[in-house]
Order: sequence, then structure tokens, then C-alpha cells
Amino acid sequence: MNLRKSLIERDPVAILAPVVAVALALVVGAGILLALGKDPMEAYGSMLKGAFGDANRLNNTITRAIPLLLVAIGICISFRGGVINIGAEGQLFIGAVAVTAFSVTVGGSLPAILAVPLALLVGFSAGAAWGAIPGYLKAYFDVNEILSTVMMNQIATQMLLLLLSGPLIDPREIQLGTRIPQSAQLPESVWLGRLAPPSRLHTGVFIALLAAVVVYLLLWRTPLGYRVRAVGQNKDAARYAGISVPLYMVLSLTLSGGLAGLAGTVEVMGVTRRMVEGFAVGYGFSGIVVALFGRLHPLGAIPSAFFFGALLTGAEQMQRTIQVPSATMIALQGLVVIFVVSSDVWVRRRAVRRAARLGSESPAVELSMETVAAEAK
Amino acid sequence: MESSRTLLDILIAASGLTLAAATPFLFAALGELFAQRSGVLNLGVEGIMLMGAFTSVFVISDKGFNAHPAVGLLVAMLVGALMGLMMAFVSVTLQAEQGISGIGLTLFGQGMSTLLFRVLAAGVIVAGGVEKIDLPVLSNLPVLGSIFFHQDILTYAAFALVPISVWVLNRTTWGLQVRAVGQNPQAADSMGVNVARVRYSAVILGGVLAGVAGASLSMALTGVFQENMTAGRGFIAVALVYFGGWSPWKVMAGALLFSAANNLQIWVQVLDVRVAGAAIPPNLLIMLPYVLTIVVLIFARERQRREPAALTKPFERGEN
Repeated sequence: MNLRKSLIERDPVAILAPVVAVALALVVGAGILLALGKDPMEAYGSMLKGAFGDANRLNNTITRAIPLLLVAIGICISFRGGVINIGAEGQLFIGAVAVTAFSVTVGGSLPAILAVPLALLVGFSAGAAWGAIPGYLKAYFDVNEILSTVMMNQIATQMLLLLLSGPLIDPREIQLGTRIPQSAQLPESVWLGRLAPPSRLHTGVFIALLAAVVVYLLLWRTPLGYRVRAVGQNKDAARYAGISVPLYMVLSLTLSGGLAGLAGTVEVMGVTRRMVEGFAVGYGFSGIVVALFGRLHPLGAIPSAFFFGALLTGAEQMQRTIQVPSATMIALQGLVVIFVVSSDVWVRRRAVRRAARLGSESPAVELSMETVAAEAK
Repeated sequence: MESSRTLLDILIAASGLTLAAATPFLFAALGELFAQRSGVLNLGVEGIMLMGAFTSVFVISDKGFNAHPAVGLLVAMLVGALMGLMMAFVSVTLQAEQGISGIGLTLFGQGMSTLLFRVLAAGVIVAGGVEKIDLPVLSNLPVLGSIFFHQDILTYAAFALVPISVWVLNRTTWGLQVRAVGQNPQAADSMGVNVARVRYSAVILGGVLAGVAGASLSMALTGVFQENMTAGRGFIAVALVYFGGWSPWKVMAGALLFSAANNLQIWVQVLDVRVAGAAIPPNLLIMLPYVLTIVVLIFARERQRREPAALTKPFERGEN
């Protein structure tokens, strides 16, 4: 058993660190707003009201959390697998575009019982394929995945615009001559039902929650998940234990991309029901923040997604009512990321100190190598 | 005769523009090169560029202080230095994971620049920009004169920075220290080099240059600020450092290549290039530099053997 690792997992400070990070980011944000001549109390107050003010707003907050959760659990897989996927944004777009193409062509002629699962599968697969590319390049060509996934985001954005102004454009936009780059409305057979109108809360919430549980079980209760995490913790040890490191790198980015694709799919089937320019912009990046805030744990991502769903929904309200741009939230998310990763060191040092106090300064690397080797047999 | 004359003019203008548009790539990539040679991967370049782009054009515009462009440049440098300091603190002192913290810094820069742009400038900034300077004698050369010697001061500076960077890295004590702490921090430390201090200075210099890169994009190239106007150029600059195998001259070659790819859209429109009689969709052309980046990273694989050995690895004294 890796003592240092288990001390990190059990340290209450480790669990509190993300909360402190968000609190700090909000304080810094208040300072920035104050400097810009905006009342931070009023701003945060309108955020709170916008996110939780009444049942309808609460439902919209949950609606917003759905794609964030799906992206975040995908990020959990890739980060746990030692692959830094910054490409959720593009994978989400590609999933949504693929499902739109599927729906406006064949989806309408199928009964809902067939069309919905097929559509989900199409969206997942498209995102997975988009994620597999940088995964493959990382595993076999040593291409830095952070850079390649960022580039894949830009390519996906342009691809989206290209398709929406060309093959996928709503025929009515051409008839009317307005040529707004958006798709036709999806056929009703692929819609995810609304749970509490007039809010846009849809049945995708169950898909997201189910996916979080499945990914948790996959990562911690199956040999496959075990190998993904082993590669993430120590590539040399994993290789020594006979795990095909490149294969699992591709796999973790593929699954990660698939879940991001599913996020876009669920969003287009449940919320917008057509692809539009500016669809779900920023969700891919927010999902990374959600995952880090949930300590890269699929179940931790559930409350985390709800919290960031509230922040984003609240920020929109803040922009409408007191004209504080919602971009404030992007800046604060950046700070949360910086604070969370910075706190890791502190938590690690605490673990080292506590391990020393327990009288067993165990060299973590060698220990984990043995564990991996033993358990893989 | 008349039409070939205009074609030549177009090509001259396009080549001149390619040099000018390479400026932000060059500044950002050379700055990143120093950070990486010291062992720090700074992925916050994109965010720093955005903040540099906004602050510089803001102070010189009538929305701000109508300041001289030199003041705008100084402000961008200062903002870049501060954000570089942030990155250095997080990566050197706190030893945080560099890839993710850089993404955090980029998100921060994106959000902050948009926030400031909307609040302070109500979402519109247009500024006079930076004047082109004709170098005496040289600018009178036929063809070459108007391509190479009719540029603004930032472009001249960016290209001058290439040999300067080579000289600094290879011929100065500081440059030697930067390379040493990036290659073998333990050895450098035992020779009495303050690893943390050298890394701080390299990352802050990288931040300053990223700020200048942003300023060159907003003040000199376009004269405006737009939300997320860098559009991934900061990340491309990081990729250029890999592409150039951590050598300033090759980084320059890469910057020119990407600038040309970035301008392809304009070239194709001006020259009215058609494939099988149909116009090429602009989105495809905009995609090109990003596709090129990935392709280049695949082929830069051989060069990665020259990667600084301690890149992304934090250093702790007494640790071996």
C-alpha cells in the first residue's frame, strides 16, 4: 500500500483545499470588481439570486451542470490516466455536430426508442474519435497533448462554422436569404424530454449522473480502470508491470473525448435542439475546472458540477441585471485552477511530513512500482 | 504587362504583411524559449498576450489616456512581467503542475481582458497604432525595400531579438545559467547558481515578451482590440519552440511559416484562388495554421531530443 498516497487521499486539508481555492478566487474577484467601480456584494448577490432565486432558476442551474458533469468525468479519466486533455471544448462541438447531422438525416424517420440511444451513441463516438487523434499522436509520436488538443479545439470550431454555414445549414435560412449559420431544428424523436417546464431541465440529468457512477466503477472497480490509473501514476512502473502504456494513453483520451462528445450531444438534444453558432462555448474549459474542483473524482464531480453550474448561471444573471460581464467567471475559474494545482504541493508536503512522523519515510515511487507489479499479476 | 505589375505589388504587400504578422509569434516564442530553456513550460502565454494586447491599446486610445504608443508598450511589458511573476511563483516556488497552471493563467487572462474590455472600453477600441518606419537607403531598394524595410519598430525589434537571444543564451553568464538550470539544476545548484532566481528571471522575461507580443498584435498589426483576438497564437508560439528545437533561428523560421499560413486567407482572397472554379471556404483556410501546428509537432519529434532535460520538473534543494 502506498502510504504517502493514502495519506494524501485521507487528509482533510486535501478535501478542503478546493473549497479554500474557490473562496480565495471569489475574494480576489471581489477586489477586481471593486477596483472597476462595481459593488461586489451586489454582483455576488445577483449571482446567488440568478442561480437559486426560485425553482425555475434552480432547475436551470441543474440543466447547466449536466454538460459540465459529463465533460468533467471525462477529464477525470484522462488526468487520472496521465494525459492532460484540454480538448473537451472541441470534442463537445464534434459530438454535437455529429448528432445534429445524424438527427436531421436519419433520426427523424426512427421511433424515439431507437433514435435517442442511437443519437447518444453517435455523439459519444464522434467525440471519442476526435479525442483519439491527439491520444494516438501522444502515445506513438510523442506529440504534446496539451498543444495538440488546443489546436484540435480551434479546428473543431472552424469545422463547426463550416458545416453550419454549408451542408448543415437550416434550409429555411437559405429560403429566407438570411443565411444565419445554424442547423434545422432536430426532429422530435431525438429530443430529451423536459422535466419541469418552463425551465429547460431535461432527462439528460439522469444520463450524466449514471455516467458519473459508471466512470467511478470503471476507474476503481475494473482491471481496465486500474491500468488507466497505473499508467497515470507511474509510466515506468506500469510498463514494468506489463501494461501497454501507449494503448492506455489512447484509451483514456478516447473515453475522455467520448464523454465530452456526449456532453454536447445531451445539450443539443435537451436544451437547444438545434446547432447554433456559439453553442456551448466555454463548457469544455469549465469542465476542466469542475474536474479539478472535484479532486478528479467522478463522484466528487457531481457536487462540483452543480456548484459551477450555479456560478455560470448566476454570472449570466449578473451580466443582465447589473452589467457585470460574465467573463468575470472565466477569470475566476482561471484563478481556481491555479489555486487548486498550487495547493497540491502543500498537501503533498504535509503527507511527507506525516509519513515521516509515522516513522516510515517510504520512497513512494519504488513502493508503487511493487504494488503495480504485484496487483497486475 | 499592367496585370503582372499589380500581381507583383500584391506579392510585395503580402510578403511585407507576412513579416509584420510574424512579430507577435516571434516575441512570444522567443520569450517562451527562455522560460523553457530554464526548465519552465509556461502555457499562460495566450493569456498574457491577451492582457498585453488589451492594456496597451487601451492606454493609447481615447477610451484610456491617449498615451504615446511607447507608453502602451511599457504597460504591456509591465502586465506581462506581473503575469510572468505569477507563473514563476506557482511553478518555481509552489512547484505546481506546469501544464495545468499555465492553462489556469490563460483562462485568467482571457476572462480578465474581456472583463476589462467590456467595463472600461464598452466593447470597442480603435487606436491610431504604430507608424511604419522606412529605414534610410535600404527602403529604397527595389522590391526588397518595401518588403523588409518598410515595417514598424516592433517588427524590426522582433527580428533583431533573434541574434540577440542567441548571443544572450550562448555568450552571457545569465544565458549560461538559464541553460544550466534547465538541463541539470542539481549540478547548477552545486556550482552556486541560484536555480529559483534564474528560473524566475527567465519566466518573467518570457512574460514581458509575451506582453509585447500582445501589444504588437493590437497596437501595431490591427489597431484594435477584440475579445480573444489572439485566437490560439500564444499556444502556437509554445509549439514553435518545440518546432525550432529550442534554437532562436529555427524558431524564427517557424514564425515566418506560421505567419504565412495565418495570412493565407488574405492571399487567397486577394489573388482570387479557386479550386475547380469554386472559392475556398475561409473556415478551411483559418484552420490551416492549427493543422500545420499538429503536423509540425509530429515532425519535431526528432528535435525533442534537444529538449531541456529538466523541462516541467520542479527543483527542490537537497533532492536528487
